[in-house]
Amino acid sequence: MSLSTQTLKSQLQALSSKRVSSVELVQEQITRAQAINADNNAFISFNADGALEQAKQADQARADGSTQPLLGAPIAHKDLFCTQGQVTTCGSKILQNFVAPYNATVVENLTQAGAISIGKTNMDEFAMGSSNENSAFGAVKNPWDLDRVPGGSSGGSAAAVAAGMVAAATATDTGGSIRQPAAFTGTSGIKPTYGRCSRYGMIAYASSLDQAGPIAQTAEDLAIMLGAMASHDPRDSTSATEGTEDFTRDLGRSVEGLRIGLPRQFFTEQLDDAVASTTHQALAELEKRGAVLVDIDLANIDLSLPAYYVIAPAEASANLSRFDGVRFGYRCENPKDLNDLYERSRSEGFGEEVKRRILVGTYALSASFFDAYYVKAQQIRRLIKNDFVAAFEQVDLIAGPTTPTPAFKLGEKTDDPSDMYLQDVYTISANLAGIPGLSIPAGQVAGMPVGLQLLGNYFDEARMLGVAHQFQQITDWHSRRPEVSL
Amino acid sequence: MMWETVIGLEIHTQLATESKIFSGSSTEFGQSPNTQANAVDLGLPGILPVPNQKAFEYAAMFGMAIGATVNQRSTFDRKNYFYPDLPKGYQTTQLFHPIVEHGQVEIRIDDTLRTIGVTRAHLEEDAGKSLHEDFDGMTGIDLNRAGTPLIEIVSEPDMRSAKEAVAYLKKIHAIVRYLGICDGNMAEGSFRCDANVSVRIKGTEAFGNRVEVKNINSFKFVEKAINHEVERQIERIEDGGTIVQETRLYDPDRDETRSMRSKEEANDYRYFPCPDLLPVELSDEFLAQVRERLPELPEAKAKRLIEQFGITDYDAAVVTSDRALAEYFERAAEHSGSGKLAANWVLGAVSQWLNDSDSNIEACPVSAERLGDLIQRISDDTLNSKGAKAVWEAMLTSDASVDELIESLGLKQVTDTGAIEAVVEQVMADNAGQVEAYRAAEPDKQGKMVGFFVGQVMKASGGKANPQAVNQILRSKLGG
Amino acid sequence: MTLSTDQVRHVARLARLAVDDTDVPNIAQKLNGVMELLDTMQALDTQGIEPLTNPLDRTQILRPDEVTEVDQRAHLMANAPAQKDGLFLVPKVID
Repeated sequence: MSLSTQTLKSQLQALSSKRVSSVELVQEQITRAQAINADNNAFISFNADGALEQAKQADQARADGSTQPLLGAPIAHKDLFCTQGQVTTCGSKILQNFVAPYNATVVENLTQAGAISIGKTNMDEFAMGSSNENSAFGAVKNPWDLDRVPGGSSGGSAAAVAAGMVAAATATDTGGSIRQPAAFTGTSGIKPTYGRCSRYGMIAYASSLDQAGPIAQTAEDLAIMLGAMASHDPRDSTSATEGTEDFTRDLGRSVEGLRIGLPRQFFTEQLDDAVASTTHQALAELEKRGAVLVDIDLANIDLSLPAYYVIAPAEASANLSRFDGVRFGYRCENPKDLNDLYERSRSEGFGEEVKRRILVGTYALSASFFDAYYVKAQQIRRLIKNDFVAAFEQVDLIAGPTTPTPAFKLGEKTDDPSDMYLQDVYTISANLAGIPGLSIPAGQVAGMPVGLQLLGNYFDEARMLGVAHQFQQITDWHSRRPEVSL
Repeated sequence: MMWETVIGLEIHTQLATESKIFSGSSTEFGQSPNTQANAVDLGLPGILPVPNQKAFEYAAMFGMAIGATVNQRSTFDRKNYFYPDLPKGYQTTQLFHPIVEHGQVEIRIDDTLRTIGVTRAHLEEDAGKSLHEDFDGMTGIDLNRAGTPLIEIVSEPDMRSAKEAVAYLKKIHAIVRYLGICDGNMAEGSFRCDANVSVRIKGTEAFGNRVEVKNINSFKFVEKAINHEVERQIERIEDGGTIVQETRLYDPDRDETRSMRSKEEANDYRYFPCPDLLPVELSDEFLAQVRERLPELPEAKAKRLIEQFGITDYDAAVVTSDRALAEYFERAAEHSGSGKLAANWVLGAVSQWLNDSDSNIEACPVSAERLGDLIQRISDDTLNSKGAKAVWEAMLTSDASVDELIESLGLKQVTDTGAIEAVVEQVMADNAGQVEAYRAAEPDKQGKMVGFFVGQVMKASGGKANPQAVNQILRSKLGG
Repeated sequence: MTLSTDQVRHVARLARLAVDDTDVPNIAQKLNGVMELLDTMQALDTQGIEPLTNPLDRTQILRPDEVTEVDQRAHLMANAPAQKDGLFLVPKVID
């Protein structure tokens, strides 16, 4: 098997033992990615020249004795992270020519760790979506079935990893945008605890829900990436002082005696039967190794969906006000006055879903409805957090399916926004509470991947990744790759 | 109909911090456009705010100075509206949980003292500036000012006249300058005032609709703008009209207020807690340190100066109206040993100089110590008042010491009674007619007539004779 | 809570989004679908529950008052749609 489709860990071993140079590997990756991109549209832009230049420098650094943990490894960044000197679109026409004047902290961190980005991946516009059909740069296709969606909003990053275009990519998760595409594409993805990664330079959708995280093939790769991505950043007031850790430290830890809570609210008729049975089978594997499955009750979790769809649009409606055609970004032609400038730049620059969420958010915050919607949603949020805190007194982790169904077809859910929103039903609560969540491949239904979601206590990513790693030692769903024609 | 005016003031003070409230950009005034606006100030995608500790110190100081509650826990909220000088499309402010609440200040109108309530004072960020001229039908936006820390001070609607409003404004102005938290420069926009004005029939409880008057950038205009608006409202109501709650701009050239077009439609600001910022908790320690570093405030200072130096209430009030002036007075008083004379000189010659030069006390060429020296030479009779004035004038353009100037100007007062007697006798001899008239006059008329002789004696002595001695000697020689 | 077409226009105005009159009914319909979802929150009594704004429930670390930035005007204005003499340009604003 060519190195370009192997895990990040394998690539790093090859690089550090000098079996391959960074230039060779990066070139191989770029060539492969550019060829595949015509089919799945996972990338919005490539940075071939820049990446090769950095690869040269990485090889030199290695010769000089540098031991940076990701030295010379090719990765990709979701086009939501500001990358200095490169176009950063956020999947939107309104930023189609925006050259970021600075780097996001997460980008800086990975660069400091030696990683090399070969390009920016496609995404739902402003991270609003669950299918990557809302991009101004065209939908992304699921490498497992090009008629199906890869999930969203980090569909590009997930598809890129699934198709072996890069071993790992950065992504973001506000309501499930790492975990759901990971589940749909048979890859592994983790949304860490809120505040674990800096949001500085990460174009904001919903500030109190957004979190950066990696998508890769294995839990071990996630641990390596997360270790480099996470930091305490004084430029981000919401950044947790916990900063980064060695997230690989629990990879070898046995799951003997591990208490796994199964919320009954995650296993209702809404859940596709086949997905339910795949999930149970996956959990049975852990049980065989000594984990204890415990039924738990998350009483208020059903209200996560409406609470999320108030809070996220509300915060987004304010976060997106800066896109006004004044200081950067798309400006309409010949504005006749200031108002025309605002209205046309924004209406022509934003896609439908973005406009819809801005309207919902603006409405929910308007004076007459503030208490009924915004305050109510934040109260429900408190209750959901309390439910998790109480649950983690009984169990170590919470598990369930990542999504109610496997990947659906392109265009299947684009008519009814609320139908699309239901995709996030299992993932959203983790964002509201700020707890970490991950998805790993756990089976297949009708040839399409299905994900197992693990939710953990605050700052317990190392343990979660350990359990995920143990699961990946006893199953091989994560090693399955879609057939990709070059 | 007897009308009552109800006024509330909203004052925006720019805090004298080095850096902005949410970014490390400089707050220096008057720099080239957009050279002090970093990515955070420009509201670029992905940026985040981090609050400035000093802004909280200054806000806490202000709260303590007006006897208000300083809330240990306060939060930031977003106020949403679109305007080109507001880069993020929202202003970060404190609506729900401001840092300061429920204070008051005392104002003095002639001899009456009134207490004006301060509802709240909160931290927020300033917007940028729009330049409307010279751009061919376009407006230029400069975001240097965007992000400068402000405290917005909101009064209770307790004022009942434009004069009271001015007094309140001046009091707040003095306090923020005393604390050193704001330079109070209205011309540069670091101290701005909006007035909320309404009228009602005297004796009614309900408030009339209030009108917000903006663009008032001097104390003088405050009074004019308010008076104009009150008149406008009364006239309108008496003509059978109603007052619409609105915002009006004061035009100082025309001395009138007019409706602001851009604010005509009701703006729903959709306030909500800013999710990029966490609640600020000020520790007991933090507040204790702030309290310790509070400088002596005007009232306390005035009281102490009255006690220590025996000056009058009025003098104390004037002298303490400005902290630097009060410190100047105190140094002069201590140095000279005479508080009363120091007060006279500060309220007299020094204030005159301040007015004439349109400057502040820091720029005065006569230091408090030199003034103190001058006062000493008056107290010890070396100089009479005329001589003292001459030395003062000289000191404005010379660095020389008081004694050196007395010497070089030959102003040493003549107190030698023998010498004065000689001059008096000469004057009496030269003005025999006046002397007779004096002696023949009624006693109550004589007082005035002495003045003529004093004048002549002073003239003959080149202004150097000690006036008291002259008076004494004259009266005894004139007799009668 | 269902939105009337007037409300849709009002909200669009607040958000500075142009809505074509012909689109308003469709937008209203889709919005109302979302609002139906949101209204399900009313079923739960949350009297006395303190709203949660930040998931970790922590407090702010304040920054020391230091100037850390230098003039980067040219660099930061590189994406400006219209500028002159160091100023961003917009259609004239009348107060």
